[in-house]
Amino acid sequence: MIHGKYLLPNGRVLRYSFHERMIHWTAAVSYVYLLLSGLAFWSPWMFWIAAVLGGATIARELHPWLGIVFSVAVVLMDGMWGKQMKETPADKGWWESIGHYIRNEDDKMPPADRFNPGQKLLFWGFFVNGLLLLLTGLILWLPQYIPWNLRILRLASIFLHPVFALFTIALFIVHVYMGTAMERGAFGSVIRGDVSRAWADHHHHSWFQQVLREEESSGKSSGD
Amino acid sequence: MSQASTEIVRISGHAGSVPGAGLNREFTVCKLVDTTTCIGCKACEVACLEWNGYTFTETTFDNSYQTMPETAWNYWNLIKFNEYENEDGNLMLLMRKDQCMHCADPGCLAACPADAAIVQYANGIVDFQEANCIGCGYCMTGCPFNIPKFSPTARKVFKCTLCNDRVSQGLEPACIKTCPTGCLHFGTKAEMKELAETRAKQLRDHSGYRNAGVYDPSGVGGTHVIYVLHDATNPEAYGGLPKNPQVPLMVRLWKHPLKWIGNFGMIFGVVGVFIHYLRFGPKIVKEDEQHGDAA
Repeated sequence: MIHGKYLLPNGRVLRYSFHERMIHWTAAVSYVYLLLSGLAFWSPWMFWIAAVLGGATIARELHPWLGIVFSVAVVLMDGMWGKQMKETPADKGWWESIGHYIRNEDDKMPPADRFNPGQKLLFWGFFVNGLLLLLTGLILWLPQYIPWNLRILRLASIFLHPVFALFTIALFIVHVYMGTAMERGAFGSVIRGDVSRAWADHHHHSWFQQVLREEESSGKSSGD
Repeated sequence: MSQASTEIVRISGHAGSVPGAGLNREFTVCKLVDTTTCIGCKACEVACLEWNGYTFTETTFDNSYQTMPETAWNYWNLIKFNEYENEDGNLMLLMRKDQCMHCADPGCLAACPADAAIVQYANGIVDFQEANCIGCGYCMTGCPFNIPKFSPTARKVFKCTLCNDRVSQGLEPACIKTCPTGCLHFGTKAEMKELAETRAKQLRDHSGYRNAGVYDPSGVGGTHVIYVLHDATNPEAYGGLPKNPQVPLMVRLWKHPLKWIGNFGMIFGVVGVFIHYLRFGPKIVKEDEQHGDAA
């Protein structure tokens, strides 16, 4: 049995490297803080959440800084995944079969690459909304430096910041559900980094086949 | 009048009912600023600092008598000086005492997300409770008059209290107490409105100010600081007093439709994925021994 960069000696497949997992969890932890503190400021009925985060004054101080951490993580993510997240012509067929995907009729789905089109949507949704949240967030962070005659920027940010946040919340709910409850093995892949060969073949057939081809050719050339 | 200041009408960012609402017979308080008899002596600026315990800070000179460009977190009362050429070609030096207007429909309170950081009393005073302020600055954007100011040292927002501490003890605000010309008056809203209208009529009938009138903008439900202006049709000339101030549309949209759409959406999302799990369950991959070994 060949093993190499992706095919691990324990018979499993490396899905996410340590580097990828670190960046994912930097984004995840900062996002959860942003989400909880944001919800506290969003509605009086959720203001109590601020108490859990060290009080509303501290949550207000930390929220922008965690926003910077999240933005940096998202930009790094774009650096490492941006290319693999590009839309391909095959994605159209996947979206047309989305009903099968939802009903867990995965055998009727076209094969997915390293990231399926749904994951691509999640990524770009977080990337675009993340940048818009950063922009509006900077204005809300330091309103005393936005002059009165540019007040329209402050007013627009008050309304748009939660709008962009709501888009990410929609993505976040689906992402957490699929990553934990729905797709068994997915959560382990982003914690330990590896998945079973069957999992790789089932969920990301095209990617797995490519891994096999690459490992086989490199194995041959190195005389393994 | 004095007891009414402890009766609360609205509390910012607060879930549930307001304690003690509607208990007393109330008199709303009001400050009347007659810009036509102000001499710009700035005694009110000094009295405000003294009563509220702020020290004198550096002033900004920009070829005007004005102490600084706008009110500051520790300078709540500012006379705005504006040179204005009226329609007869005469130069007028307009002087307007700028401070919190204590709106009946306060934009600061509407925008504030912190529980009980802004309180509106039944007598009309809108007061910041700094102990509950989280320093987000939303009030600064919600206010149509550019009044709340952020303190970089306290990291909280401050503004004129209409001397709530004095008024609740039956005293008039410090600025009123000190005014030497009597251009500042203090009383119930009805009394001040009547006095202001009388003065405006006098200006129209006897002083040739045909457009003289009272500034009590209805867009924010009326204010508890009202002005008599020589020309009520052009309040902007008085250091940028807005013609039709309102609680900003963006704040209204955020607090009403967006909040309900967002809350519904979030509940729908969480319930939706739960129902999906009940209906379709997880995607479980059958571990096939053949897989991988074939490689």
